[in-house]
Amino acid sequence: MTTTKSDALLPAQGIEAPRSGRIDPKYLRNGFSKSGSFEMAAWVFMRVSGAALVVLIFVHLAVNLLVGEGIHQIDFGFVAGKWANPVWQFWDLTMLWLAMLHGGNGMRTIINDYAEKDSTRMWLKSILYLSVIVIIVLGTMVIFTFEPCLLDNSGQLLESSPSFCQNV
Amino acid sequence: MTQTKGTLYKGREGMWSWVGHRITGVGIFFFLLVHVLDTSLVRVSPEAYNAVIGAYKNPIMIVGEIGLVGAIVFHAFNGLRIILVDFWSQGTRYHRQMLWTVMGLWVITMIGFTVRHLMLFLDGWGGF
Ligand code: HEM
Ligand code: HEM
Repeated sequence: MTTTKSDALLPAQGIEAPRSGRIDPKYLRNGFSKSGSFEMAAWVFMRVSGAALVVLIFVHLAVNLLVGEGIHQIDFGFVAGKWANPVWQFWDLTMLWLAMLHGGNGMRTIINDYAEKDSTRMWLKSILYLSVIVIIVLGTMVIFTFEPCLLDNSGQLLESSPSFCQNV
Repeated sequence: MTQTKGTLYKGREGMWSWVGHRITGVGIFFFLLVHVLDTSLVRVSPEAYNAVIGAYKNPIMIVGEIGLVGAIVFHAFNGLRIILVDFWSQGTRYHRQMLWTVMGLWVITMIGFTVRHLMLFLDGWGGF
């Protein structure tokens, strides 16, 4: 396909920018509108977090599903082995925060698009923000309060404990 | 290419890639809500976690995992295309070619992933 043909398909190209200067301020992109700077930051965040998430998630999937025994290797001991390493703790923490904020912001856009009634939009967004906060707090606490070597009532190591617990 | 009638966007590649990006984004979001909840079972007990995560090793879930990874890979590659359309000076000119690149890379990635995932699954599978 040649570019001249596709250029010819764009009708807006023949229209010049208005020169009167009488433009509603909300359409100006100079940062003077109130919601403008937040939406601009959100737009940039979607792109920056998206680029980071490609690496974070692809490595997560590769390590958990494609190496070793794949899906069969995943159990309590596998998680314990990973989170014994601060690199994986930090990896999961970053992935959790970025994915939830990116996905949450994307869901906000979608609610704004489809929920036309003010009260519906307000309710859906309240539920969304609450779920995002609960999941981020829960996920963060799980990573940092995780205890791999659990004891039973008599002080014995649980049978299902990962093998490295024997050495501590 | 033929001159199209009416709108330039509706029903064309740009619209369908947008629909696909939106649906996969919502799907991944809901998966992640459940995924953080199931991972949090490591704080309940090893047995609870192993029981629930065991569900991921059943043949129906294996198909579901291929679907999930398919959604992620499309959303990721198409997301990179959106970023290029926005920031690369030639982005808008090549948006359509980039979409076909996304689809091609998606097919290749998914063939590789599906084969590997199924083989590892069959290797360790104890049967019904
Ligand atoms: C079928 C595919 C998947 C499997 C089998 C899987 C497995 C796991 C496992 C075993 C963990 C425990 C810790 C670790 O291994 O690092 C975990 C944690 C995590 N995964 Fe996945 N995962 C999958 C897909 C995903 C996807 C697509 C995302 C992102 C959208 C994701 C995001 C996370 C996050 C944020 C955590 C940390 C949870 C927390 O803080 O409690 N996972 N996953
Ligand atoms: C794998 C890396 C990812 C990349 C490169 C990526 C990229 C993007 C981009 C560029 C947008 C468009 C933002 C805009 O139009 O302003 C977007 C939207 C979105 N993303 Fe992602 N994303 C990724 C992962 C995720 C994850 C893990 C989730 C869910 C937790 C998610 C959910 C969404 C949602 C719901 C939208 C809104 C869709 C819409 O408005 O139509 N994305 N993503």
